[in-house]
Amino acid sequence: MSGLHKIYNTRGGGQTHALSDINFTAKKGEFISIVGPSGCGKTTLLNILAGLISKTEGSASVSGHEVSKPLPEIGMVFQAPTLLPWRTILENVMVPVEVQKLDKKKHLEKAKELLTLAGLEGFEDKYPNELSGGMQQRAGICRALVHSPSVLLMDEPFGALDAMTREYMNLELLRIWKESNQTIALVTHSITEAVFLSDRVIVMSPRPGRIAEIITIDLPRPRTLDMMNSDAAGVFVKKIRHYFNAANVIE
Amino acid sequence: MKHLRNRPELILSPVVFVVFVALWENIVNLLEVDEIILPTPSRIGDALLVQFQAPIFWSNLWVTTQEALLGFAFATLFAIIAGTFISQIRIVDKTFMPYLVGFQAIPKVALAPIFLIWFGLGQTSKVVLAATIAFFPILINIIEGLKSADNDQIRMLRVFGASRSQIFFKVQIPCALPFFFAGLDVGILLAILGAVVGEFLGSQAGLGNMVLVAQFNFETPTMFAILLVLSAMGIIAHIIVKAFQRKFAFWGDNSNFIGN
Repeated sequence: MSGLHKIYNTRGGGQTHALSDINFTAKKGEFISIVGPSGCGKTTLLNILAGLISKTEGSASVSGHEVSKPLPEIGMVFQAPTLLPWRTILENVMVPVEVQKLDKKKHLEKAKELLTLAGLEGFEDKYPNELSGGMQQRAGICRALVHSPSVLLMDEPFGALDAMTREYMNLELLRIWKESNQTIALVTHSITEAVFLSDRVIVMSPRPGRIAEIITIDLPRPRTLDMMNSDAAGVFVKKIRHYFNAANVIE
Repeated sequence: MKHLRNRPELILSPVVFVVFVALWENIVNLLEVDEIILPTPSRIGDALLVQFQAPIFWSNLWVTTQEALLGFAFATLFAIIAGTFISQIRIVDKTFMPYLVGFQAIPKVALAPIFLIWFGLGQTSKVVLAATIAFFPILINIIEGLKSADNDQIRMLRVFGASRSQIFFKVQIPCALPFFFAGLDVGILLAILGAVVGEFLGSQAGLGNMVLVAQFNFETPTMFAILLVLSAMGIIAHIIVKAFQRKFAFWGDNSNFIGN
């Protein structure tokens, strides 16, 4: 696969203009965050990319494929871990492989590698309710990566976790991303999380949902939590927060 | 001993049983109640032992067991078929649900005399009655179960490209299992009830038939003895269904599994 292109040119339908004139292209291997106040259409945008809902106008493509239904090039991490309680962790991670009828043997290795990478070695045969929320979410990330998608969509994946676990998961995510090198689109409520993780942050504004600004975060990598206390990071956070205040929405 | 302290019911339950039986025995003796009205527990025990030694009892037990199990099997089979169609095809749901609800409103026991005319005094009429009574709770549980699948789980499978049938087999059926077993649990008891009631209304064999014969002869201890046997059947059936449930739907009632 050569350079990855995603072109959103989407117009929301019906009476509610959910998304208006979204134009954006992500480079291969780029970490993009989408932030914005409630109702700005960031989850709608992600669902269009996932092929779950249809677009009214314009085009959205992943790796040169127009998204009109869920594509195998896409992996997704959800707000809740959404593991199937009757399957072991390993069996849960294998769900995309089964659904897409891929080579089981080959991907079993891949699944185990990912679980080790996510620090879940030894938990392969446990059931989801035997794991903590953070561990379940990490298994959910492994599931999203098992079929080697080129794009990873994340819909507020750490929203349900406590602050400590969340910071830890952010570090874990960067570590996994460094190894797997997917293009990531992360929807989040947390401005600091977006700044910490991303190459670029898309700031959206509501009614109709449109891109207010795309901010390039040129903090050096690898990033550390200490970096978030630096002035440079503070400037980005402040800049993004400005848009939230302008929308007069407190979350 | 320590787990006895944590679970006092392990001692209290048997104590309640012993006290209850002792009171029953003594009060009946004290008041000199006629055995035909209310026999003592020891007389019922004697009657039970007599039955255990009679080959005719065992063949009657087998007759009723057969009727209940066959009725239960048919009820389950038809409930699975009907439940799948109703839950998957909207038009079937809309068309047939009013009839099913109307059918459920009939007191099924009242159908027994009709089944007797249609299927005779033999086992067939009892199997049909048992199946008719057990069918509805199993069906309702299957429908509820198949509809119970979490939207997030379905969404997750769709994102990964699952077809409708894959969603059905990988999410909806597993989600339905805890409901299905809850339905079976109710259904098996109703099947036993159906078989016995069917025998009451006209039969040549079976435990229900034995109760009738005992009543005709004023053998009240025997009637109580057979009541005990029927209870035991129900309890054993319940235990078996629960064992299957724990094996095949282990996540259903294990929400506080964490920390084990």
